[in-house]
Amino acid sequence: MRLDQRLIAGMIRPRTRVLDVGSGDGALLDYLFRNSGCDARGIEIDMREVTRSVAHGLPVMHGDADHDLVHYPDNAFDYVVLQRTLQAVERPREVLRQMLRIGRYAIVSFPNFGHWRLRMQLLMRGRMPMTSVWSTPWYDTPNIHPCTILDFLTLCRDEGYVVQQWMAVDEDGERAPWRRSIRLANLFGEQALFLLRRKDTPHK
Amino acid sequence: MDQTNPATTLSHQHVSFPDGLQLDCGFHLAPVDVAYRTYGTLSPARDNAILVCHALTGDQYVADPHPLTGKPGWWGRMVGPGLPIDTDRFFVICINVLGGCMGTTGPRSLRVNEDGTEEPWGTDFPAITIRDMVRAQHLLVAHMGIDRLLAVVGGSMGGMQVLEWCATYPEQVFAAMPIATSPFHSAQNIAFNEVSRQAIFADPQWHGGRYWECNEIPARGLAVARMMAHITYLSEAALTRKFGRRVRTTPGRGAAGGPGALFGEMFEVESYLRHQGSTFVRRFDANSYLTITRAMDYFDLGAEHDGDMSRPFQGTRTRFCIISFSSDWLFPTSQARLLARALNQVAANVSFVEIDSDKGHDAFLLDEPDFDRTIRGFLCGAAEHAGIG
Repeated sequence: MRLDQRLIAGMIRPRTRVLDVGSGDGALLDYLFRNSGCDARGIEIDMREVTRSVAHGLPVMHGDADHDLVHYPDNAFDYVVLQRTLQAVERPREVLRQMLRIGRYAIVSFPNFGHWRLRMQLLMRGRMPMTSVWSTPWYDTPNIHPCTILDFLTLCRDEGYVVQQWMAVDEDGERAPWRRSIRLANLFGEQALFLLRRKDTPHK
Repeated sequence: MDQTNPATTLSHQHVSFPDGLQLDCGFHLAPVDVAYRTYGTLSPARDNAILVCHALTGDQYVADPHPLTGKPGWWGRMVGPGLPIDTDRFFVICINVLGGCMGTTGPRSLRVNEDGTEEPWGTDFPAITIRDMVRAQHLLVAHMGIDRLLAVVGGSMGGMQVLEWCATYPEQVFAAMPIATSPFHSAQNIAFNEVSRQAIFADPQWHGGRYWECNEIPARGLAVARMMAHITYLSEAALTRKFGRRVRTTPGRGAAGGPGALFGEMFEVESYLRHQGSTFVRRFDANSYLTITRAMDYFDLGAEHDGDMSRPFQGTRTRFCIISFSSDWLFPTSQARLLARALNQVAANVSFVEIDSDKGHDAFLLDEPDFDRTIRGFLCGAAEHAGIG
């Protein structure tokens, strides 16, 4: 399991209902079931990963964030997790709304487009940045909605979501040391990780 | 009685229920015989039973040789020791459906007339539904002292039974695998069934459904029905791969033989279909075919619940694993997805896999390694969650 998945698992209380949107190889689901006693389920767009997960006894269905969340009832889950995918969905704002409709909490991670290396490349070269995180050329990239940590915070404020916890994470998933200043995190964090809740979900 | 057909004299392992069943159509059918096969050993806690539901023309001989044809069981590659549905671990039950012709009460069963004479039900056999089939299965499962099935598994019409089990006896199904199936029978599928039935009706040996009186069977009509249906079980890619445009080297016995004749030679695909048709009529009863295809046509889970497909699953605690096949055009993935979404609406625990295959609907009976892995993994996961070692 990637280090940032451990950070996500650390945000999830034991014995809760979890939907992992983009569950990949199912590592987080497996961890949450075995170590936290969670009722953890997945949605995954890559059929090979779905087959592999189900063959490991994990409850995963083929689907995606844009089209399948809408079918779940309100408050079906305690947590809805979206890992490193927000920038690739068709309608990020709608996906967040759905996540916080069907779940009491949303855990969202995404690559931060505000990282200094990206800013630098665009400034110096005048071309779309290419880094290890943003590694596909503009005409091929699935990342159609990149955003910065500050952009995401603004969206949360506009939509009325409470940021219960946030952290910057580097590409390997190690927690970055920018815990106090969101502006420094926006400059030096390669990935961002947020725990959101609806205003009407009481803080515990 | 038809003495020419060995199927009518064969005896099958069965339990008789003298009180019978109240059917959806209002008719009370009694007595009801339920024929079945079991594999593996029922655990002392009776918690390791898996019910396998067969498709339209299947039967209870899922993993041992067929008593009429001698061919291996229809899912012998899936059910057995060490196989994905592992009989070293699980107790597997397979039941001939109500309306069938392999020992469970159906149109070929005898009824007692008012004057005390006996004759087969024939076309007087009441219209049954998939739910009636499931109720008959439930009689046997309860008779075995099993309160909860670890899993109910089935493909095609078997998948319809799986769904009906979950809707009718939700507390008694821990895990469910509806495979290559749909929550309702589509207009296209009803249309194909109708062509099959018309082929049987058009056979002069059909005799209005009382063919046993003439010691005949509507073999030609039933064979045509099977040939047509068989095409729908395959795919264009599978037909091309297996037969292409190849012609048999020895001229077939066409309507007009001889050189230059219209039907002087036979495409391999034609020969294959004729073989499928002719072997089928030796083991299957035409009236059963009519009764069961009609039950499939009536199947519509939503309609049974005011048009809401998710309502029968409200509050379900069953773990579902829906499987479809990419080249199945009879029960396409789009219909499986409707089912998955209906289950999402009630926040059911759903796995949903589309297996990539070019073998069409029949893929669930054939060698598909990903499919095997999915079944094995899902059942192991279910057993773990059910607390079965």
